Amino acid sequence: MRVTFTVNGRRQEADDVWEGESLLYVLRERMGLPGSKNACEQGECGSCTVRLDGVPVCSCLVAAGQVEGREVVTVEGLADFAKQRAEGGGCASGVCGTSVAEAQQWQARPAGSQAGEQAELSPIQQAFIDAGAVQCGFCTPGLLVAADELLERNGSPSDADIREALSGNLCRCTGYEKILDAVRLAAARGDSHTAGQGA
Amino acid sequence: MDFLRPASWEEALAAKAEHPTAVPIAGGTDVMVEINFDHRRPEYLLDLNRIGELNEWEVGERTVRLGASVPYTQIMENLRAELPGLALASHTVASPQIRNRGGVGGNLGTASPAGDAHPALLAAGCEVEVESVRGRRMIPIDDFYTGVKRNAMAPDELIRSVHLPKADGPQQFSKVGTRNAMVIAVCAFGIALHPETRTVRTGIGSAAPTPVRAKEAEAFLTAALEEGGFWDSGSPIPPSVAKQFAQLAAGACNPIDDVRGSAAYRRHAVGIMARRTLGWTWESYRGNAHGSKGGAQCA
Repeated sequence: MRVTFTVNGRRQEADDVWEGESLLYVLRERMGLPGSKNACEQGECGSCTVRLDGVPVCSCLVAAGQVEGREVVTVEGLADFAKQRAEGGGCASGVCGTSVAEAQQWQARPAGSQAGEQAELSPIQQAFIDAGAVQCGFCTPGLLVAADELLERNGSPSDADIREALSGNLCRCTGYEKILDAVRLAAARGDSHTAGQGA
Repeated sequence: MDFLRPASWEEALAAKAEHPTAVPIAGGTDVMVEINFDHRRPEYLLDLNRIGELNEWEVGERTVRLGASVPYTQIMENLRAELPGLALASHTVASPQIRNRGGVGGNLGTASPAGDAHPALLAAGCEVEVESVRGRRMIPIDDFYTGVKRNAMAPDELIRSVHLPKADGPQQFSKVGTRNAMVIAVCAFGIALHPETRTVRTGIGSAAPTPVRAKEAEAFLTAALEEGGFWDSGSPIPPSVAKQFAQLAAGACNPIDDVRGSAAYRRHAVGIMARRTLGWTWESYRGNAHGSKGGAQCA
C-alpha cells in the first residue's frame, strides 16, 4: 500500500509498504532515514522515538498505515524543528522543513565549527555534545527527541521530571548521569538558546 | 494482510462485522509487538486511529464516559480528580512514549491479567460499552474477564468506551515491579472507598488467570467498618482489621510461578499492598471525607 505523510515538515510518499510494517521500518528502510534506531522492536528501549503529531511515540509500535496524513518529526529534522519553534513556529514560506536528501546526509556539526555558516544543531543536541552525553550513540537519537519534547513543555524541569520524561529510553552504556547533565545544561541555557520555550 | 482504515465508528463496526477476525489496532503497543516478532499475522488490521470520538471523554454528573483510545497520558493529566485510581494506575504504565499511545480499550481488548488498568477498573466498578452492527450493550466489569486473555466480547464487537462512576471517596493503586518504569506488573492492587454506599471495592492484577476482585476481603472490611462505626467516626482502622483484610486479599489470589515472580511472593505482596493502600485511602478519608487525593506511591 502507499502511505503519504509529512516527515520533518515535508510531504513524503512511501510505496509498496507492507500492511504490518512499522513506521520505524518505513523511515529507515524506505526513506533512508536511519537516525531513528531499531533495537528492541517492542517499545521497551525508546531508541526509535519520534514525534507523531507532536507527541513522542515509539515508531516501532506505530503501524505505517496509521500515519497516513499525519506529521512525523525524526531526529534528522530536530534541528530545523527546534529552529522553527524558536522563531515562533509556522512555516510561512513553505520551504522550511528538512528534505529527505538533506536528512539522509545529516551529520552533527557543532555550532562553533567552521564547517557551516548556520548552527546545524538543536540546543539539546549541542548540550549532549557539550556535556559528553554521547557514548556509543545508539540511544542518543531517541533521547534527543524525548528530551527536546520535555524542554518544549517544561523549560525548567526538576530532576524527577527529567527522569520521568526519559524513563522510556534505555542507554546500554549506562551513561545516564551525563545525559541528565545534558538536559540540565540545555534547560539552563534555555533563555539564551530559546530551547525551553513552549511551542 | 489487509489494512482497514475506517473513517468513522459506523464504518469500523461494519468492517468488524464483515471481517470478525480483524485485529483492532489503536495505540499498537501490544499488537505491533506481536507483529514485529512474527507471533501474529492477522489477516486484517483494523486501524481505529481515525475515529476521533474514541479519543474523547465526557464528564457527566455521576459518571465519566472514557473513550477506548484516550491515551493514559490524558487520563493522568485530565481525569485525576474524577478517576484517581485509574489515573494512578495509568501513571505506572510503561513509559511516556507508551502512555502517549495506549489506552484502556487496549487493556480490555487484550484482557491480559497483567494490564495495569484492570485493578483500578474493578475497584471503581465500571461498565464496558461495546458495540457491533447488531447493537450496543454494557458489560459490567465483573463479567468482562472470562479467562486468560479472554473477555466477554463477541467477535464482531468493538469497545467504544468505559463508563466509570466518578470517585466518591479516596482510591489507590499499587504495583510491584523491578523499577518505576517499563515494568509489567509482578502483581498489582487497586482499592476504592465508596463512602456514599459505605462499601469498599478492590482489584488484583497479575495474581490470577484474570484480573479479580478480593470479594471476601471487601465484604469483611465493609462489615467491619460498618459495625465499628468507622465511616462516621473517622477513627483509625485497628491493625487487626487491616491484617485480616490483607490476609483475605492474599487469599483471593490464584497466582502462578513465572519469570517475574513466584506464586508465593505474589500472594505475599498482594497482602502487603492491600494493607498499605487501605491505610493510604483511609488516612485520606479521615483527612477529607470527600478526599480523593494521593500522589503516586511506591508499594
